[in-house]
Amino acid sequence: MAKERIVPVMSDNPMSFCPGCGHGIVIRLITECLEELNQLDNIIFPIGVGCSSLLGGGLVADRIHCPHGRAASVATGMKRVTPETTIVAYQGDGDAYNIGISETLNAAYRNENITVVTINNSNFGMTGGQMSWTSMPKQKTTTSPKGRDCELTGQPFRFPEMVADQFNIAYSARGSVTSPKNVNKLKRYIKNGIQAQLNGEGYSVIEALSPCPTNWGLNALKAMERVEEELVPFYPLGVFKEREENKNA
Amino acid sequence: MGDMIKGNIAIAEAAVRAGVQLYAGYPITPSTEIMEYLSGRLPELGRSFIQAESEVSSINMVMGASACGFRSLTASSGPGISLKQECISCISDEELACVVINVVRYGNGLGTLYSSQCDYFRETRGGGNGDYRCIVLSPESIQEAVDLMAPAFDLAEKYRIVTIFMTEGALGQMMEPCDMPDFIEPKRHSWALNGTYSNKKIGIFDRDSMKEAEALNKKHELIKANEQRWESGQVEDADYVFVAFGLPGRSVKGAVKELREEGHKVGFIRPITTWPFPEKAFAEVNPNVKGFISVEANATGQLVDDVALTAKKVINERNVPVWCLPCVYGVPTLKFTKEGFGRIINGELKEVY
Repeated sequence: MAKERIVPVMSDNPMSFCPGCGHGIVIRLITECLEELNQLDNIIFPIGVGCSSLLGGGLVADRIHCPHGRAASVATGMKRVTPETTIVAYQGDGDAYNIGISETLNAAYRNENITVVTINNSNFGMTGGQMSWTSMPKQKTTTSPKGRDCELTGQPFRFPEMVADQFNIAYSARGSVTSPKNVNKLKRYIKNGIQAQLNGEGYSVIEALSPCPTNWGLNALKAMERVEEELVPFYPLGVFKEREENKNA
Repeated sequence: MGDMIKGNIAIAEAAVRAGVQLYAGYPITPSTEIMEYLSGRLPELGRSFIQAESEVSSINMVMGASACGFRSLTASSGPGISLKQECISCISDEELACVVINVVRYGNGLGTLYSSQCDYFRETRGGGNGDYRCIVLSPESIQEAVDLMAPAFDLAEKYRIVTIFMTEGALGQMMEPCDMPDFIEPKRHSWALNGTYSNKKIGIFDRDSMKEAEALNKKHELIKANEQRWESGQVEDADYVFVAFGLPGRSVKGAVKELREEGHKVGFIRPITTWPFPEKAFAEVNPNVKGFISVEANATGQLVDDVALTAKKVINERNVPVWCLPCVYGVPTLKFTKEGFGRIINGELKEVY
């Protein structure tokens, strides 16, 4: 039997994302997880700069618009003074992995007890589709008009794997929004990340592969296909650092 | 009188007593003792100390703690404070409250390790992008620094503004006897984020910048009207009035005393708030004053601009000359100030304005 899915009031607002964008799905998933974990009245969102900025207008929750790339540091300050409050930093790949790579990486390095959700759409969305560190080789963007030349610009990199491998963090995973199955998995990842924080296990990061039809020059369906065909082979979906309680389960 | 204590340590302990709940910072000479001290002291009291990976990150941690309504602090020097400006601008924009200590060192770029006041313009004008001011406190002694620490937070919270605590390398590194203030336990602010969304916010695309500008100007006017602090002496009958803050301000008082003994009618104004600039102090000056002289530890003269602007405003019927004696770095000696004064009255030094 079909089940009605009620969007939590916290995220049930128009946020002017482009049609076919994945941000809206991820935001809904986060608030659903918060609801299930009884955290709707105990949540602060440090918000990144970029398309994430749109949360500033739409989210009905305590939130602050952080300097570009610094959300993990702002989250750190918040968590240290109010350890009882749930802190979820919400950022895009340009924000978290380019200008903010130092702050993002160092929060993981300290195993800060926060949750970071990054939307990886392989470009800078808000500014009109420039190359980001997660753009694919040969990907055409407004700053790599002939396709990304990795000889000159470096290789795309996998942040969740990197911190799972190098640092003593609590939880790291990557999901996508391309199918109901993947959306459900992604929700499970996000819930695990927040649960890790609630338990005081330490740093959790969940990356969500998301289509950007506007800047990719594709329709919504083709953009979903690109995530599956071009991004997933390089950015595998799954859990890279499992929580202890899941290992034993 | 209290025990001998080093400036940076005294300032750090005063911050603890003012109720600082979180310190985040990055090492830089000549401010580092502040973070070294707090790295032990804050955890002892169950509060937070974070050695951040960078100056940029540390001020963002302060922003986070401040957004949650707790007294938070960072300290640095010259180039370190430059790196923090992005976030200081954001904290100002969000109208949060925090204190930033700048133990000023001399120089552009990486600068030097000399004590200085060369960051005057940056601190008193806002420092980062946009259109805002910070309240700037400039103590002349360790005792005054310690006594200004709780007010630094009170002011920041009263006006929801950043307070810059602008000391100097020499003040941080020297020792003086000092009485410590009592402990206070500040309340978490009602405007803080606490996870329940009790204070409504709007997104950046929904802002009314015209209305915000009006409110910002009103706030600045209120601060200018109510918060000017200064010390002055013998200005009512003075032919020449020295203006200097911080350690040069303290030194100039000695020069004024000696010059008076030698028969010169001189006085002094020592700004304690360098923003708001103590314009009210100038209203007490002899209307027939022959000139103002700024004494400052930088190369090009910065304070002199504010002195000239204020002189113009207060004594508007004539053009009172304003001289500048910049000692570049360190603390000007009595000899330096007195010799400069001699050159001024002998017509050997051209006025700046």
